[in-house]
Amino acid sequence: MSTRTPVRLRLRLRVDPVACDGYGFCAELLPERITLDEWGYPVIDGNPVGPELVELATRAAAECPRRAIHLERVAGDR
Amino acid sequence: MTTSTMYNVERLLHTGPGGPTDPGLADHVARHGPVVIPSSDDPAWADVLRAEVAASGLAGRGGGGFPAAAKWDAVLRSHRRPVVVVNAMEGEPASAKDRALLAWSPHLVLDGAELVAALAGARSVVVCVADDRDDSARATQRAIVERQRAGSARELSVRRPPARYVTGEESALVSWLEREDARPVLRIDKSVPLQVGRRPVLLHNAETLAQVALIARHGAAWFRQLGAEDAPGSTLVTVSGAVRTPGVVEVELGTPVDEIVLRCGPTGPMAGYLVGGYGGAWLAPELAGTPLAPTPLARAGATLGVGIVVALPVTSCGIAETARITRWMAGESAGQCGPCVYGLPAIAGDLEDLAAGRADAGVLGRIDDRCRTVFGRGACRHPDGVARMVRSALSVFAADAAAHAAGRACPGRHQASVMSFPAAPALTGGES
Repeated sequence: MSTRTPVRLRLRLRVDPVACDGYGFCAELLPERITLDEWGYPVIDGNPVGPELVELATRAAAECPRRAIHLERVAGDR
Repeated sequence: MTTSTMYNVERLLHTGPGGPTDPGLADHVARHGPVVIPSSDDPAWADVLRAEVAASGLAGRGGGGFPAAAKWDAVLRSHRRPVVVVNAMEGEPASAKDRALLAWSPHLVLDGAELVAALAGARSVVVCVADDRDDSARATQRAIVERQRAGSARELSVRRPPARYVTGEESALVSWLEREDARPVLRIDKSVPLQVGRRPVLLHNAETLAQVALIARHGAAWFRQLGAEDAPGSTLVTVSGAVRTPGVVEVELGTPVDEIVLRCGPTGPMAGYLVGGYGGAWLAPELAGTPLAPTPLARAGATLGVGIVVALPVTSCGIAETARITRWMAGESAGQCGPCVYGLPAIAGDLEDLAAGRADAGVLGRIDDRCRTVFGRGACRHPDGVARMVRSALSVFAADAAAHAAGRACPGRHQASVMSFPAAPALTGGES
């Protein structure tokens, strides 16, 4: 790592599978990143949450009745 | 399961003309020689042992295969006295190695535990033995009393968590020690040590500690005389299924799977080999020569797991056996995560229908989809292991699977299972 590049912080969604009870609100709010499996539990696509989706992603996290959706800052390119 | 008395490597377990030797302290010291375990903190000694174990390349024998010495770093960084936890839960029904160790070489395990305790400044060692393994608990307790009489500087105790598959999972075991709730805990950052009573936990599988006890005596170079560069040493393997002498054998890592089975007297041709455990993978007969070591097994789509080989005879139906294993594993879910709670029974149902020849045409695709769907979506790796095992079955038994999917039920499905399935007692503690 000889060239110093600034650490890029990106936002990503994560679900806590223990807390999640499959209400599914998150997938309704953010179908761009969250789909539901056949049992109604969220499957989160690992792509970063771009600026255009931040507001909806924040709502998806805030409105989860089980507080199981987390919008987190992660370092790196992926 | 009975334990056989045949070994060709005898580092951990020994047999004489009269069977295994006396597990007592005197015989233990006579066979292995004494080992220095400082009674108080000795940083210079600790550095030497740590370097030696690191150089040995010892990987954890509890299924994860994580370098044993690397596990100490996070705990040592915390600068607090840890608790050493010996994981002898052995929740894998096809495994008997930890039981064999505690029955025949309990002092080797306790030497390892006390060495790691001395190295990390721990004052107590907790040996976890499942609550249905009274023999192992008694053998361990006897050994502890002997050590206390001999002046052990540490507090050694036996705890009896519930006998469940998931209880042996590291975070579930620590959660039970802390609050009697034997369910896995979601860990975002695994470099942060688990805690019991505000102390960081240093947890190792029983066999890993027995290996540490040998490395402390004989050194890294001796340890590396067996095995491969990237998988050094010997390991215990539990062999069962269609063999005349099922049991625990000690082998050099890298011994071909079929050679290990040969040592236990195969009863005839095999349809496949379940390697690693119920969350492991099936190996096709053509790949039976695969060396039992992480890298070659990974190339064959399998995993070392906790050193399990179950030989499936050609008279049995691999799909039916996979259905039974999956149903049992579904029942062993801790019941916390939706994809595991609903996904595993759904996959088990698909497999049962498939084996009976009553499944619809889409069943193979559906099983594959469901395996992919549950993978990586639990707090622990329980669904991942089942998914890997099931997908390997569809590949190894592809011809059978296709025939069953076309409506031809398997005559082998009525054969008695070669797997063992202990009854699942209820989980204790916590609301679901």
